[in-house]
Amino acid sequence: MGERKGVEVSIAIAEAAAACDVDCIAAYPITPQTHVVEHLSEIVAEGELDAEFIPVESEHAAMSACCGTAAAGARTFTATASQGLALMHEVLFIASSLRLPIVMVVANRALSAPINIWNDHSDVMTERDVGWVQIFAENGQEAADLVVQAHKIGEDKRVLLPVMVHFDGFILSHVIEPIEMLDRDEVKKFLPDYEPQQRLDVDNPITMGPVGMPTVYTESKMAAEAAIRRSYGPILETFDEFGKQFGRQYKPVETYKTEDAEVMLITMGGISETAMSWVDERRAAGEKVGLVRFRLWRPLPIEEFKKAIKGAKALAVIDRHFSPGGPGGPVAQEIKYNLYEDEPRIPIVECVAGLGGRDVDFNDFDKALGKAKAVLNGEQVPPFELIQVRGGHHGEI
Amino acid sequence: MVEIRFHGRGGQGAVTSAELLAQAAIAQDRYAQAFPSFGPERRGAPVVAFARIDNKPIRVRTVVSKPDNVIVLDPSILRIVNTSLGLAESGVQVVNSSKNAATLRKEFDLKGKLVTVNANRIAAEEIGRVITNTTMLGALVKATGLVDVDLLVEQIQNRFGRIAGGNIKAFKRAFDECVIDE
Repeated sequence: MGERKGVEVSIAIAEAAAACDVDCIAAYPITPQTHVVEHLSEIVAEGELDAEFIPVESEHAAMSACCGTAAAGARTFTATASQGLALMHEVLFIASSLRLPIVMVVANRALSAPINIWNDHSDVMTERDVGWVQIFAENGQEAADLVVQAHKIGEDKRVLLPVMVHFDGFILSHVIEPIEMLDRDEVKKFLPDYEPQQRLDVDNPITMGPVGMPTVYTESKMAAEAAIRRSYGPILETFDEFGKQFGRQYKPVETYKTEDAEVMLITMGGISETAMSWVDERRAAGEKVGLVRFRLWRPLPIEEFKKAIKGAKALAVIDRHFSPGGPGGPVAQEIKYNLYEDEPRIPIVECVAGLGGRDVDFNDFDKALGKAKAVLNGEQVPPFELIQVRGGHHGEI
Repeated sequence: MVEIRFHGRGGQGAVTSAELLAQAAIAQDRYAQAFPSFGPERRGAPVVAFARIDNKPIRVRTVVSKPDNVIVLDPSILRIVNTSLGLAESGVQVVNSSKNAATLRKEFDLKGKLVTVNANRIAAEEIGRVITNTTMLGALVKATGLVDVDLLVEQIQNRFGRIAGGNIKAFKRAFDECVIDE
């Protein structure tokens, strides 16, 4: 058992990366991720971790350097947020296509403009198609635990993919809370030394990332699709193995009080704990509500999700991002796509909330529940709504 | 669950106050959170920080809008911020001031239980600088008994190392010298 102590979530994440004995960290500081890389640079400077810390001039360079070190066979870790993740965009595809098991934590934050350093999911949701495994944490313990599991998943020879661990900026990153620190010896038992499948080596030269002509590009994309879908089994195995060793079990889809629930709220990330407390309050008032969350976002565990919502009469989805002029919130959109063929087709109300750091509280969940109940009563409600906007949602629907 | 809001000015250690309090509760095998007001903060500007303490896991990630206790680290804050906003009727407000409770109540319309302590003077005498975060914790703990005194002193020791002595003295003096006005 690791020591339980009151520690800032960002510091616990940095300590977890150090416990993984990472070989290389290439990172650029950006709010609200800064404390993660700051603390890692201290750990390396103090000689507590034998790793190369590469300070770079931008996030584009950070991810490029990570590709280089991972290709050379180093266990590689980095962290970013918001504009930093956006600046990495083109290199993210390269990391996954070259099958480099980089681990990156993302302190989720809004994108400019207006300039906003606070939490939402616009950074992650615009990187859905980059071919990385993506996992969400809901509290500090989970963020630290998932860093360790992410390395194991990515490095599994059946997977060999980069992994993003998402944890909400500020509402998780800057909070001091009780966390059971991960003991380095225990982590070593769980995560053995990294043995790359192949690596750049001057004595045994190979080429990585050459031109893919139209004759092979489609096949390489098919291989990428197959690889991330195949990662699902090893992800579950890793969750189970971690659960057995550390006593904390993770699932691709998490549920809370969904037995007999008529309306199920769907959330992701840090607001989920607030949502659990709201479910407790509504249940005490006699409302049959429950909560379902995607922990695993890529690959999307849709069959698990369908099992989780079995029996629900309506879903109320809280999205933390939306596609202007498009099909609404990304989480609701993906759920609707996947349930379209299913009978009976249950109503799904789409609520966008918590943009750019606006608090998501019980009132917002009440509003989402109210919309779902209105639909069940046969009333017309807007299919997609920014529920927190002052003066009401003005978009044409 | 007990929720606490800290008012101060950037650089006075409001966030550190919240953190030390939470860490003392966690050291007692309880549950706690401490967090800043999530913004770009400037030295000297009014800032807030928050803490929550409970005997079971805390499942809420919103800011504290209805605090049970308020702690005001800087006397001048009362003139520019309504520190009583959302404060529970049974709540305690702990204020750093050279003035007594009756004067403060008249001047700022403060209601409920009010605790006063001249933390500026104590910090200047014991620490040599008017940084009141550890001093004010002494008054808060005296008035509320929120955390174990020894465990809180231990947190101050861990945080400040070789300069902890003055902070611990200031903490203890505020504990003894604060005046509680029901």
